[in-house]
Amino acid sequence: MVETTSHSFTGPHGPKPKKALSRRNIFLYGTLFVVTLYYALPLYIMIVTSLKGMPEIRLGNIFAPPLEVTFEPWVKAWSQACTGLTCDGLSTGFWNSVRITIPSVILSIIIASVNGYALANWKFKGANVFFTILIFGAFIPYQVMLYPIVIMLREIGLYGSLTGLVIVHTVFGMPILTLLFRNYFSSLPEELFKAARVDGAGFWGIYFRIMVPMSLPIFTVAVILQVTGIWNDFLFGVVYTGPDSYPMTVSLNNIVNSTQGVKEYNVNMAATIITGLVPLTIYFVSGKLFVRGIAAGAVKG
Amino acid sequence: MTNSVEIKKLDLHFGAVKVLQDLNLDIGKGEFLVLLGSSGCGKSTLLNCIAGLLDVSGGQIHINGTNVTWAEPSERGIGMVFQSYALYPQMTVEGNLSFGLKNAKLPKAEIESRVKRASEILQIEPLLKRKPAALSGGQRQRVAIGRALVRDVDVFLFDEPLSNLDAKLRADLRVEIKRLHHSLQNTMIYVTHDQIEAMTLADRIAIMRGGQIMQLGSPDEIYGRPVNKYVADFIGSPSMNFLDGRIQGGAFHVGDLSIPLDGYDFAGGSPVDADATIGIRPEHVVTGELVGNAAFQVDVEVSLIEPTGSDTLIDCTVAGNHFRVRMDGQSRVSLGEKLRIGINPSMASLFDAKSELRL
Repeated sequence: MVETTSHSFTGPHGPKPKKALSRRNIFLYGTLFVVTLYYALPLYIMIVTSLKGMPEIRLGNIFAPPLEVTFEPWVKAWSQACTGLTCDGLSTGFWNSVRITIPSVILSIIIASVNGYALANWKFKGANVFFTILIFGAFIPYQVMLYPIVIMLREIGLYGSLTGLVIVHTVFGMPILTLLFRNYFSSLPEELFKAARVDGAGFWGIYFRIMVPMSLPIFTVAVILQVTGIWNDFLFGVVYTGPDSYPMTVSLNNIVNSTQGVKEYNVNMAATIITGLVPLTIYFVSGKLFVRGIAAGAVKG
Repeated sequence: MTNSVEIKKLDLHFGAVKVLQDLNLDIGKGEFLVLLGSSGCGKSTLLNCIAGLLDVSGGQIHINGTNVTWAEPSERGIGMVFQSYALYPQMTVEGNLSFGLKNAKLPKAEIESRVKRASEILQIEPLLKRKPAALSGGQRQRVAIGRALVRDVDVFLFDEPLSNLDAKLRADLRVEIKRLHHSLQNTMIYVTHDQIEAMTLADRIAIMRGGQIMQLGSPDEIYGRPVNKYVADFIGSPSMNFLDGRIQGGAFHVGDLSIPLDGYDFAGGSPVDADATIGIRPEHVVTGELVGNAAFQVDVEVSLIEPTGSDTLIDCTVAGNHFRVRMDGQSRVSLGEKLRIGINPSMASLFDAKSELRL
């Protein structure tokens, strides 16, 4: 027998030594730092400016932190800033956006998930044709359909109302969401679906009891996509609603672009941050699930 | 014995691709039938058709005397076990077992007693409150079998249930499935590509190829009297030795050898003069002291030795053809050694050279 003791080992041993400042690390962290700065600086300027009073802004030191922190621009942006003739700030637009986003998101996800499930698991006659047409719809530029939809909404009496806009958002979310759900559902093992059929579950039984409980990641992805997409939408909002029902993005535009009087940079910055806060929150809350869901849906096409 | 499952003139095609063609099969009550074939032969497809998970293009399927060709899977009186277990991941074992019964709107007491009985039979009672993720592969497959068991049906369908398990566990569960069949006396249809599983479990084996059944018979028949060269080659490990030659004057001639065919049981009459292939299983080659009794003997040179413990496999050359011989694991041979082997025609198979059918 060979006797091995720790003494018999010469040369390097133990964990591999790491250099803190290798050339690779300097390059890596240097690049990361520059890119971070590039993205973080505008946000920093916005936050800092929104907390300054107008006299301080006129001094021109846009990078300087506020000498005197004031939340007045935020209050003004929310409740007093003028959009055209009315001067009640972003609040009306915010609540309009909420009333548009929530039903649109729920409705589009419910319909798209059932679509995707039917396409992935119930290979009905004409499924491929249906799917092709649906996907083709995703590539037609919105501008082409803008006016025909105005006429259609007018004919059914929904033009200028929130309901009309909800319908438009639901329809336009359909291709990409259906694709997303279809791919996710077809990545789930087919034998699960077969087992459920042998167990006597029907179309809705399998959907609610088997598929939906396994699909939290993809539902999260869909919610994020839809909330940010619909919340940030400007074009449909401005075309299909009236001044009473303008969504927040349109109100923001009207505040920032109103030309009378002094340009209140602090109010504009505050208004912009408030508008962006909703999608931002959604990202932070569900970021991890989002990444997982995107990966899960991407496995099989 | 009445038939439990009858398949009549079944056709299935996807577009122009014919997956199953004019397939007829009767399965008796309480029979264990194994569908065996290499991948793509249509065996799983046939099982899915019986289960009602695939719509057939033509023909009929009867289960227990009822035409179920267009019935829903749950209404056919079948239970099914899948290769990947297909347990519902968000439900506990108990939930998995009772899912089908709840769908059938059975009374609660009945569901409980059935789940209890199935979990007793399969010894999974301690696992009832666990989720599938917390189970081992063998336990999962037990639960999957349990899900078929609680349905209290006459026909069990198994779709390669043991393929995902490691070798030892596979052998254990194989025995358990056989025991289950003995105690339940259900009809079982079992799809596999593993011939050991097929031979050990089956009452009858159906060898499938290209969407058709090549041979249907007991494991003995399939092994001993394969109907054609494909079946002969497919069954048996190591596989059968084939020598191409000619039958003439009651003997098989290959190269300068002549194997007398006295004692061979011809399916039809003995052909007077025809090209043919003789098939001899490595384990049917006689070696050692018994060689003297064999009808035909030849000397060969050992070119390769593969010891497997219980047996030793020898490679050699007979009339210019590669030939394998299975010897007892105890026998001592060395490379290059001259060995005398014997062949008994009654244990061999003869096939027509053109049609490859058994002679």
